[in-house]
Amino acid sequence: MDTMRDRFAPVVSRLLDEDPRVAVVLAEIGLADFAEARRRHPDRVINVGIREQLLVGAGAGLALTGLRPVVHTFASFLVERPFEQIKLDLGHQDVGAVLVSAAASFDWPAGGYTHMSPGDVALLDTLDGWTVHVPGHPDEAETLLRHAVAADDDKVYVRLSTQSNDRALPVDGTRFHTVREGRAGVVVAVGPLLDPVLDATEGLDVTVLYAATVRPFDAVTLRHATEAASPDVVLVEPYLAGTSVSTVNDALVDLPHRVLGLGVGRRELRRYGLVEEHVAAHGLDARSLRERIDGFLGVRVRA
Amino acid sequence: MTTTTAEHRQEYGHGDRYDRYEALTGLMELMSGDEKHGPAATSTLDALWVLYDRVLRVGPDRADDPGRDRFLLSKGHGPMAYYAVLAAKGFVPVDRLPGFGSYDSPLGHHPDRVLVPGAEIGSGSLGHGLPIAVGTALGLRAQGLHDPHVWVLVGDAELDEGSNHEAIAYAGPAGLDRLHTLVIDNSSASWARPGGIAARFEAAGWSAATVDGRDHEALYAAFTASHPGRPRVVVAQVEPKDG
Repeated sequence: MDTMRDRFAPVVSRLLDEDPRVAVVLAEIGLADFAEARRRHPDRVINVGIREQLLVGAGAGLALTGLRPVVHTFASFLVERPFEQIKLDLGHQDVGAVLVSAAASFDWPAGGYTHMSPGDVALLDTLDGWTVHVPGHPDEAETLLRHAVAADDDKVYVRLSTQSNDRALPVDGTRFHTVREGRAGVVVAVGPLLDPVLDATEGLDVTVLYAATVRPFDAVTLRHATEAASPDVVLVEPYLAGTSVSTVNDALVDLPHRVLGLGVGRRELRRYGLVEEHVAAHGLDARSLRERIDGFLGVRVRA
Repeated sequence: MTTTTAEHRQEYGHGDRYDRYEALTGLMELMSGDEKHGPAATSTLDALWVLYDRVLRVGPDRADDPGRDRFLLSKGHGPMAYYAVLAAKGFVPVDRLPGFGSYDSPLGHHPDRVLVPGAEIGSGSLGHGLPIAVGTALGLRAQGLHDPHVWVLVGDAELDEGSNHEAIAYAGPAGLDRLHTLVIDNSSASWARPGGIAARFEAAGWSAATVDGRDHEALYAAFTASHPGRPRVVVAQVEPKDG
C-alpha cells in the first residue's frame, strides 16, 4: 500500500492546477515529488532551502498577499523548530496556512530522536484556532488535505504518517466516527491507531470512536457516546500521551467521569530500530493496549 | 475604496496640517508627553519620512489595493516615529496618539497590524519581518503583481537574529528584485564589524548602499536607485544608540 505522503504531492499538484490561490512552500524535503508541478507553476512551488524559520515566515507573507500556502517538511522542523513563527507570523498576523508534516512521532526510528515529533499536537494546543487532522489511511489523508486547503484562511495542521490502518473510513474533517458500540466505556482511537485499538478491544463491551480530526474536538459525539456507555474514556493517540485529556475533561465537565490518556511516552528512548519496536516500547501495540484498557475499565468490561 | 487620501484626512479633521516633516516631533510629543526625544526614539524618523513622503505608493485610501507598495516595520520596538508618520499621512487619527500604550489604544509599544491602520505586519519579536517580506514579494510575483515594491525596516542589532540570514541568503540568489531592506544602523549591536552589514547582504547578491540616515536627499537617492534582478538594501547610519 502507498503511504499518506505518497498522496501529498499528487493531491496538492492537482490543487495547484485547479486553484490559483494555492502555493506550496518547501525546505528541500519533498521537493523531488513536486518537480512536475514546479515546471507548471514555477512561482507557486517555492523551495527556500534548509531554512525553516523562512519556510513559515515566507508562508505567512504569501498568505498576507491573499494566497493559500501549503507548507511542508518533517514535523520536528515544521512545528518545533520554527514554533515562534507559527505563533506570530501566522497567529498574531491573523493569517492562515496549511501545515503538512511528515515523519510523525517515530516514522523513521533509525533516524533517532532528532526526527521524532511526538509533541507537535500538544504544542499547537498552546495556540488559538488550529484545526488538526490526523488521518489514519492514505485515502483519508487525501480527503483531509483537500478539506484543509479549501478551509478559507483557517490555520490547519495535517499530520501524515507511514503508520496506517488497513481500511479507510469516511472522514468529513470534523466529526468522530462511531465504529463499535458498547456499555462499559468509550475508547477514542486517533488516526493510525484505530487498527490496534480494534484488535485490543475485540470482545470487549466498549464503544470505539474513531477520530481523524482532533481539533476542534468532537465533544458532541463523545458526550453522546458516554450517555449510552459508562463515562469512562480511554484516549489512544499517536502522539504525546495525554495530549487530549484536558479536552475530554472540558467536554464532560458537568459529568463525573474518568479519563485514561494513552499515547507516546515523554521519556526519550534513545533507541533506533523499527516502527513496530517503538509502537511496543510505548505500549501502543494491541496486546499492551488490551492490558491497559482492561486495567482501567475493570472486569465489567468483558462482554 | 472611494475616498482619497485628502478626504480621509478631512474625516479626521486635520486636513494636511500634519503632513510635513516639521510636524512629526509634535506628533511624537502627543505620545510621550515630553518634548525631548533621544536619538534612539527617532533613529527611524528621517528614513520613515522620506519613504512615506516620497517613495512608497501607499495611502489610507488604498489600504486594500493589491497593487500598493508594502512597508513592513520589523523593528517594532520604539514605534513612536512610525505612528507619527502614519498619523501625518492620514492612516492613524491624530487624536489616538495620546493614548499610546494604554488598554484601549490601538497603538502599543509594539505595533499590531490588526489594530493599526496602515501597519502591514505586527512586530516586536525581532527577526520576523524580513522572512515575511520575502513571502510577500513571492506572493505578489505569483499573482502577476510585478509593480508593487516591498520594503522592510530592520535594526542593526536585529540582524543578530538568524532568521534574517535565512531570508538574506535566499532572496539574493532568488533574484527578488522587488524586495527592499532598510537597515537603521545606530550601532546598537554588541558584536559587529565596520561595514559588516552591507557586506553580508552583498555577499548574498544584494545591491547595497550605505548612507547618512539623516540626509533626506541621500536617503531618497538610495531608495530610488535601480537594481535590476537583485534585491536592494539601504543601510541608514544614524547617531550611535549609546554614543
